[in-house]
Amino acid sequence: MTDAQPIRLLDEAGEAVVTAENEPWRAIADELSTDDRLAMHGEMLRTRRFDVEAGHLQRQGKLGLWVPSLGQEGAQVGAAWAARPQDTLFPSYREHLIALHRGVDMLQIIDIFRGAAHGGWSPTEVPGMRIYSLVIATHALHATGYAMGIGLDGASGTGDASADEAVMAFYGDGAASQGDASEGLVFAASYDAPIVFFVQNNKWAISVPSTRQSRFPLHERARGFGLAAAWVDGNDPLASFAVSRRMLDDARQGRPGYIEADTYRMGAHTTSDDPTRYRSRDEEEAWARRDPIARLAAHLRSLGVDDAALAEQEQRAADEAADMRRRALEATAAASDDIFDHVYAEPHPLVAEQKAALAAFEASFGSDA
Amino acid sequence: MIAGQSMPIAKALNSALREAMRADEKVLLMGEDIGPLGGVFRITEGLHAEFGDRRVLDTPLAESGIIGTAIGLAMRGYRPVIEIQFDGFVYPGFDQIVSQLAKMRARHRGAVSMPVVIRIPYGGHIGAVEHHQESPESYFAHTAGLRVVSPSTANDAHWMLRQAIESDDPVIFLEPKAKYWTKGEVLDAPTAALHAAVVAREGTDVTLIGHGAMVHVLLQAAEIAAGEGTSCEVVDVRSLSPIDWAPLVASAQRTGRVVVAQEAPGHASVGSEIAATIAERAFYSLEAPVQRVSGFDTPFPPAQLEDVYLPDADRVLAAVDRALAH
Repeated sequence: MTDAQPIRLLDEAGEAVVTAENEPWRAIADELSTDDRLAMHGEMLRTRRFDVEAGHLQRQGKLGLWVPSLGQEGAQVGAAWAARPQDTLFPSYREHLIALHRGVDMLQIIDIFRGAAHGGWSPTEVPGMRIYSLVIATHALHATGYAMGIGLDGASGTGDASADEAVMAFYGDGAASQGDASEGLVFAASYDAPIVFFVQNNKWAISVPSTRQSRFPLHERARGFGLAAAWVDGNDPLASFAVSRRMLDDARQGRPGYIEADTYRMGAHTTSDDPTRYRSRDEEEAWARRDPIARLAAHLRSLGVDDAALAEQEQRAADEAADMRRRALEATAAASDDIFDHVYAEPHPLVAEQKAALAAFEASFGSDA
Repeated sequence: MIAGQSMPIAKALNSALREAMRADEKVLLMGEDIGPLGGVFRITEGLHAEFGDRRVLDTPLAESGIIGTAIGLAMRGYRPVIEIQFDGFVYPGFDQIVSQLAKMRARHRGAVSMPVVIRIPYGGHIGAVEHHQESPESYFAHTAGLRVVSPSTANDAHWMLRQAIESDDPVIFLEPKAKYWTKGEVLDAPTAALHAAVVAREGTDVTLIGHGAMVHVLLQAAEIAAGEGTSCEVVDVRSLSPIDWAPLVASAQRTGRVVVAQEAPGHASVGSEIAATIAERAFYSLEAPVQRVSGFDTPFPPAQLEDVYLPDADRVLAAVDRALAH
């Protein structure tokens, strides 16, 4: 009943895994040239350096909070590359690589955590990239509704994968327990919505292990809702790409899917967390040996990519993180008009009155205040 | 067209939905049993037959799912109109309303609008089992980002629903279900803006303020009071968020005495907000403290006790007497 192993194309040492079972997935991953794989590696490095630098900014008091994605870059880079340009992605709040891949500015992510904006960017600025969602699993329903709308528009299901739209929603093993996650599966199946739920099982929902969320594999649970489901090694970027590409292409023909990516949150839940209270150093070290970046780097070397090319990526990532840091330190504060200006689309007397009252109150202190 | 016809509120709502769907193909309906059945109150009767499965979505039985997917459909450019089957069934969707739907535009700094209408049949006087007769309006009126309205007449039911569907903001549309079969004339154009309060009956001695089904109780009380020599003005609030203060304050200034009535429990309620604001803005005109008449601060009782729980004309008139005693 349960798959013994997740789908895997690279082992922990970056060696190709060649089996009869993974042949269809290998065929899809073969679409990725060496340059593509090198670029995927570059995005993972870029995200990791950004992530580490953002953590430093939080420790220095420049951010209220930071949410690291360390260890989950492999799952995310595969999904990011699998999504086609016309696809719409609904992240949770740890999908930094997905956001950066789609063109979100690092500073727009930082804006959320330095308390300058709730959303950071808008999907009108970054097409196909919805904003982060903090109430766990709520966006699973928004994504499903959006996919239902694609279906109603006739923008999926024509058989043309280069044009048919699909949606990917990202959440984790903790979110899978939320009612909204299950209702999303119900609606997706009921309306044949062009959507894939990409569930990063990173083993920890803050301090609670994934075994508390489900005694049964999450991908098996999804099958019970009537979705196609797959279990993939989330620290294998090539497998994540292949499975995501295939399931997205199935979804755009009206067959919704669910991917459980087996990965690990190598860092804390957030900078407010202390993982030493609930998990062992041994466990962390075991997963550190499965680091997706090291795995893809080893694979690239086996393809003949030289160390200079990898070192150049390291340098670029470090430079970009330093640039983000400089810009974050120079960034201006939010304006008080932001409190009022975007609550309603149409005029609202109470909000207008309160905005005017605040302005009058501030003005009452005179210009030197 | 429906212009000039007398019809029950239920039909006025039905025709509003039909006309809105004919006018804009992005308008679609979502809810439980709203398809071939026409909804448990038959408000969507005939619409599935006219517009089909792709415009009238008989959804799975999951309120959070309905509202959450409606948000996604709105992101895609649709204008969903949701039917919640009964007032007490809206709470499974509460997070999707107050944390998601209401805040979505602000979270996007205005880049995304949420033209979603949530229709909720609400209130008592139908003798139903528990969770079927509640008045949840304060939860929504308290939530920034939502608009909350409640018609009391067939004309308002029709035109306020049309206006709500045309709004680019989310609207909680509270339908006084006990009055679904009360007839009234539906005019060929709206007579007031969506958020306007209107004077339903003119008077000079005491102002009675309410919304939804309570307006009918206030009109009855005013009629009885008139027989006893007291002239009551009745103001139909119509919009609970935002509230159109000018007509309420002006009436309070004219009469100097105000009674606010509602079916909902009184603690931290819309009626409390009205009483407080009138006290602030009409203080020097008032001859008496603003009197509140509400449902009790208890769960809605079993149906045999609903007439005790729900304010009737007698309880309103007792409040009128208290106001006049000053």
